[in-house]
Amino acid sequence: MSEQLEAAWRVLPEYLGEHVVLSAASLALGLAISAPLMLLALRRPRVRWAVLAFASVVQTIPSLALLALFYPVLLALSAAAAKIAGVGFSALGFLPSLLALTLYSMLPILRNGVAGILNLDPAVIEAARAVGFTDRERLLRVELPLAAPMLMAGLRTAAVWVIGAATLSTPVGQTSLGNYIFAGLQIENWVFVLFGCAAAALLALVVDLLLGLIESGTAERKPVRIAVGVAALLAGTAAALVPRLDAAGGPTYVVGAKNFSEQFILAELIAGRIEAQGADAEQRVGLGSTIAFRALARGEIDVYVDYSGTLWANVLGRTDTPPRDEVLSVLGEWLEREHGVTLLGSLGFENAYALAMRRDRAAALGIETIEDLAARAPGLTIGGDLEFFDRPEWAAVRSAYGLSFQSRRQFQPTFMYKAVADGEVDVISAFSSDGRIAAFDLVTLADTRHVIPPYDAIVLLTPQRADDPLLRAALEPLLGAITVETMREANLMVDRDEDKVSPEAAARWLAERARLPDLR
Amino acid sequence: MSEEPVVVALEGVSKSYDGGATFAIRDVTLAVRRGEFVALVGASGSGKTTTLKTINRLIDADVGSVAVAGEPVDTLPAHVLRRRIGYVFQGIGLFPHFTVTENIAVTPRLLGWPRPRIDARVRELLDLVQLPQSMAERFPSELSGGQRQRVGVARALAAEPAIMLMDEPFGALDPITRDALAAEYRRLHERMGLTTLMVTHDVLEALVLADRIVVMRAGEIAAQGSPRELLTHAGDAGVAELMDMPRRHAERLNGLLRDAAGTHG
Repeated sequence: MSEQLEAAWRVLPEYLGEHVVLSAASLALGLAISAPLMLLALRRPRVRWAVLAFASVVQTIPSLALLALFYPVLLALSAAAAKIAGVGFSALGFLPSLLALTLYSMLPILRNGVAGILNLDPAVIEAARAVGFTDRERLLRVELPLAAPMLMAGLRTAAVWVIGAATLSTPVGQTSLGNYIFAGLQIENWVFVLFGCAAAALLALVVDLLLGLIESGTAERKPVRIAVGVAALLAGTAAALVPRLDAAGGPTYVVGAKNFSEQFILAELIAGRIEAQGADAEQRVGLGSTIAFRALARGEIDVYVDYSGTLWANVLGRTDTPPRDEVLSVLGEWLEREHGVTLLGSLGFENAYALAMRRDRAAALGIETIEDLAARAPGLTIGGDLEFFDRPEWAAVRSAYGLSFQSRRQFQPTFMYKAVADGEVDVISAFSSDGRIAAFDLVTLADTRHVIPPYDAIVLLTPQRADDPLLRAALEPLLGAITVETMREANLMVDRDEDKVSPEAAARWLAERARLPDLR
Repeated sequence: MSEEPVVVALEGVSKSYDGGATFAIRDVTLAVRRGEFVALVGASGSGKTTTLKTINRLIDADVGSVAVAGEPVDTLPAHVLRRRIGYVFQGIGLFPHFTVTENIAVTPRLLGWPRPRIDARVRELLDLVQLPQSMAERFPSELSGGQRQRVGVARALAAEPAIMLMDEPFGALDPITRDALAAEYRRLHERMGLTTLMVTHDVLEALVLADRIVVMRAGEIAAQGSPRELLTHAGDAGVAELMDMPRRHAERLNGLLRDAAGTHG
């Protein structure tokens, strides 16, 4: 418990800093775009309609989807920019998050601004015209000051929304307080989840309070209050920016990870080994499966661990299942040729998709192989993780064995194991290196027709770092050093309910157990 | 009076809000001489407010010409024109975030008057509209309705305009305050040599205050003349009826007063 809290505190400056910078930039950009739009909308009813309708539509898109949608859009734009100007830009992380949150911040600012000014007392507006204000003077000296409380209320709403929604930028590779929540949810570390929620809520509260101070300062003409509020907001943003400028010096290696425990542990392990070599390592964790590979191919992350079968089926689009070594060699050549990506080697264990059942249930139904399962499937329910049913492996297994279940359900991996243990589902798509297979007393069903390809955990390097001596020195000792038993145990340390440890602690344990040479 | 130059001239002015299907005012021609106090009377929707607002271009006429001090109003920017014309209306429209002083000083500031001149002018105006100097730093929300309209009148007079436009200026006030303010304004009008156009639906107020009454009906001028002229020969039946109302009130009031005098011996 305290180890987890400690681990959470340790990364707080980084997560909070990134969160503040992202939120502040989105709000500032949102305000900068909304302000002229608002002025335009004030004098032109048709523009007003269009602008408010657009902002409202944006608001109805779930924030997570909005963030995710910007990744392919930016990817295409970046490719176009690379073609035209010769320079692309990163489609991962800060930029898509910034754009999505900026759009998100606009509705409350626009709507409150427009409503605030249009609903001013018409007598005051008539008087302002009659005493001889120009349109511009009227706006600056009468309309804006009088609508200021409404404008500020809009800004406060936007700030709270943006700070809340910024937690969702983790899956597109932007570090934020959401890292606690997404990682915590995956590894069932509720301390992390609560910590992330509390930190985001507290940040929102503080910002709202400071904006409220500015608001009451404008309403009651107390310049000191305005100054204190503005100064505190600027100071907070500046403090969050400082480490960024600082880190811009040395070379930083970016380690990627997908969104499950094993990936978090391995990313910690790799980052730890890079840091032991005296370099800086930064982690982009919680990436979607295909986002991770594309990000590596584009150099947005430098290294991550993937699984041979995943790339075999998803990236190469192969449906045959040759032996392990053949998959590795074909894959290695192909990655090098098509993407310039280096397959450094296998870590030594497999994390294959496997169908798993509770031992007693399997025994009762007399199921040992997937073939046995096929006969009973019409009366059973299968649970899968969020991507399993859309993966080619599932399609291959289903058609090879003629599987047809009564129903199927999707879960976060954490809840999937719970569901099979509680009998809510009969079969799940488990991972062979998952410690919970043993912990929940599950059995994996034999793939007698060899439909599921091998899933060796492999270290991939981005093209730009292919010959990086530091990276190779740090990572080569890992190859072949981790057995599936060791990995399972490390995974369980993070996944279990009691005595749970942070991925970082599990990575340290793993390094010790694998007898990795000390690099210092 | 008739030798004084015309300072406000409307010539065949029309205004439609629906592209010509109906007219708020139609072919209005009106000349106001310097120093005149003209009241525009008529029922709601007769076009008196629209007529008034074409003069300081709060409304732009569709057809016809409006000239102030001999100059067509559309030859200079609207805000420049408006800074030369005082405007008082029923809504008052004091700026709630400005103090009394800031409200009164608003047009002189826009005109770039030097600070000492503005300060002196604000003090002078507070006296003129009979507000204590102690109110200078108050906000409008701290004033009564009558006090607010006194500030409204002071604000309109601040930049020393020669012409005052008033749209039901005292309509929202209680009868006693209203009567007092109207009488005070009439004295200011004399003392400062103003030219005043006042819209009112109260014929009695018009009769008491104005030198000339312009009766409007359905966007057109139905009759005009001095109070005495309109009371004696009003022209058509509608105008006569309008003029008859204050007369009937007066007669009934006289009767009551006689009875009261009789009762008391």
